[in-house]
Amino acid sequence: MADQTSHGIGGLSYDTSKRTWPNEANVFIALVLLILGFEALGQILPYMDNQSMLLDFESTRDGTILNMARIRIVILQVAIIGIISLGVTQVIISGGIDLSSGPLVGAAAMIVMSFAQTELVNGQLNPKAVFGDWAFDLPIIAPILVGLAFGAFIGAINGSLIAFTGIPPFIATLGMFLICRGISQWWTKGQPVSFPSDQFAAIGSGMMPVVWFALLAIVLALIMKFTVYGKHTYAIGSNEDAARMSGINVKRHKVMVYMIASMLAAFAAIVLSSKNLTAQAGMGQFYELYAIAMAVIGGVSLRGGRGSILGTVLGAMVFGVIQSGFTFIKLDAFYQLMAMGAIIIGAVVLDQYRQRQSSLR
Amino acid sequence: MNDYILETRDLTKHYGGVHALEGANFKLRPGEHIAIMGDNGAGKSTFVRQITGVESRTRGEILFDGKPVRFDGPLDAREAGIETVFQTLALADDLDVPDNLFLGREITKWNFLGPFRVLDYKAMRQATLEGLERTAVKIPNIKNSIRNMSGGQRQCVAIARTATFHSKLTIMDEPTAALGVQETAQVENIIRTLKEAGEPLILVSHNMRQVFDLVDRVVVFRRGRICADLDIKAEKITGEDVVSYITGARTQAGFEDAA
Repeated sequence: MADQTSHGIGGLSYDTSKRTWPNEANVFIALVLLILGFEALGQILPYMDNQSMLLDFESTRDGTILNMARIRIVILQVAIIGIISLGVTQVIISGGIDLSSGPLVGAAAMIVMSFAQTELVNGQLNPKAVFGDWAFDLPIIAPILVGLAFGAFIGAINGSLIAFTGIPPFIATLGMFLICRGISQWWTKGQPVSFPSDQFAAIGSGMMPVVWFALLAIVLALIMKFTVYGKHTYAIGSNEDAARMSGINVKRHKVMVYMIASMLAAFAAIVLSSKNLTAQAGMGQFYELYAIAMAVIGGVSLRGGRGSILGTVLGAMVFGVIQSGFTFIKLDAFYQLMAMGAIIIGAVVLDQYRQRQSSLR
Repeated sequence: MNDYILETRDLTKHYGGVHALEGANFKLRPGEHIAIMGDNGAGKSTFVRQITGVESRTRGEILFDGKPVRFDGPLDAREAGIETVFQTLALADDLDVPDNLFLGREITKWNFLGPFRVLDYKAMRQATLEGLERTAVKIPNIKNSIRNMSGGQRQCVAIARTATFHSKLTIMDEPTAALGVQETAQVENIIRTLKEAGEPLILVSHNMRQVFDLVDRVVVFRRGRICADLDIKAEKITGEDVVSYITGARTQAGFEDAA
């Protein structure tokens, strides 16, 4: 082999042609293939009338031939769960799992909204959710701080349980799943909380969820790649004993990982309740599973140690394209769920197969 | 400078009723390389685990660099200057070579950011290359993750990690047990480099040829006790002599209570 270099003792060699192909590239290729697939279906399926999913030749409203309306929807519908999946990604990289994020969104939304209500709606008095009149029209910082503090609190409990009692993350966060769902129903005894102040409503209006998702994704990506926090997260997920022997405070680090994950979920709750202008006890259903699915589709290994924020963002895009694509080809909702489940399983099987191939070379 | 870098007095470890280590008196001079030999279950690894603080001893004293020490964990021992290459390699598979070398003691900038302080990849890469050069370890691509490396390369990384940080004492527990011929040669070269640099070493090994090639002194363990302390450089001692101590056919004068 021409590009093989050999080094003295040990006969160790390194073949540059076997340089590892970044996993994110595979996810990106999958994304492109999926889009092409749906475009092809739009042409092939008889009832589709030769429609295109992402292109729009008739209307040039946005000055492009892209169907910007649909592209916006694709991104917008994954942005809020995407914010959660950023936190879940670092939890999975650390070798754990967080099942509590969906119910946490519900509980945090209820709590946040009860601090964000405005007094008068169209001249009518807004029904009080929990507190007295003092809780109306609070400065915007109040609901945000309360929400993030609640997230940090729940995350600290998750992390402490996992770090100090040694119970599996699955069990700890499954318990927290039920506790949070309970909190979200108990907070107002099941009543929805609605009508926030204009300031609060601005957080999640229009394309703002996408802006938050993009900003947080960049921050998290930088943290995971360039800081000690990120390096230790990968190290713990890769080999916890080695991390401990190397002097990393594994317990404290795990608490931080779960706190950051829960704070991101709480922030997603702020954005979601602001976008919907209301909070209901059932909000965030299945979000924890979708967030995990985005990370897994994006190549984050459930065994820990492997994956990236970029992968998860691409995974979220794949998720959005699949959802929109199914709607585009007019697939019924129940088929959508089945197909989505099959795709998630397929992604993990493919990843495992690929990992085995690369270790055999 | 103290006469002994490491000294243990009456070091004892009982696991319930099992007396894994009994009254071990052990001395290591600065710059000296000592091999610990003995049959399986003779107490070699137990002895190492007491020194490195992995377990807490039942009885006895450990003096490191002249001062009595009691390590609460391997970290304490490492901070005091004892670097250990464990039988199970303590490497993070998904990280590359500099990441593993500097795991837990990263070179960072912007330290005011606390846990989010920024890694100085360039400095760590530079220090890694220098460390590998000093220990004569050849690793073709240090950006490669440990997962993609052979057993020998992994072992070399683990040893280079201990050697990069100028420890006061290096302990290696069976460093070549799982390696091929060429890889073993490479590890032995690193050990010679340590010897030339005057850094003391405790080597746990089953390999008689390796022990006679590399070390100054052999301490033999049998059934939890030290049964011989052999100066193989000064006295005329053969491999067969050592074997007879290991198997219990002979016991050195002064260690009769081990029989």
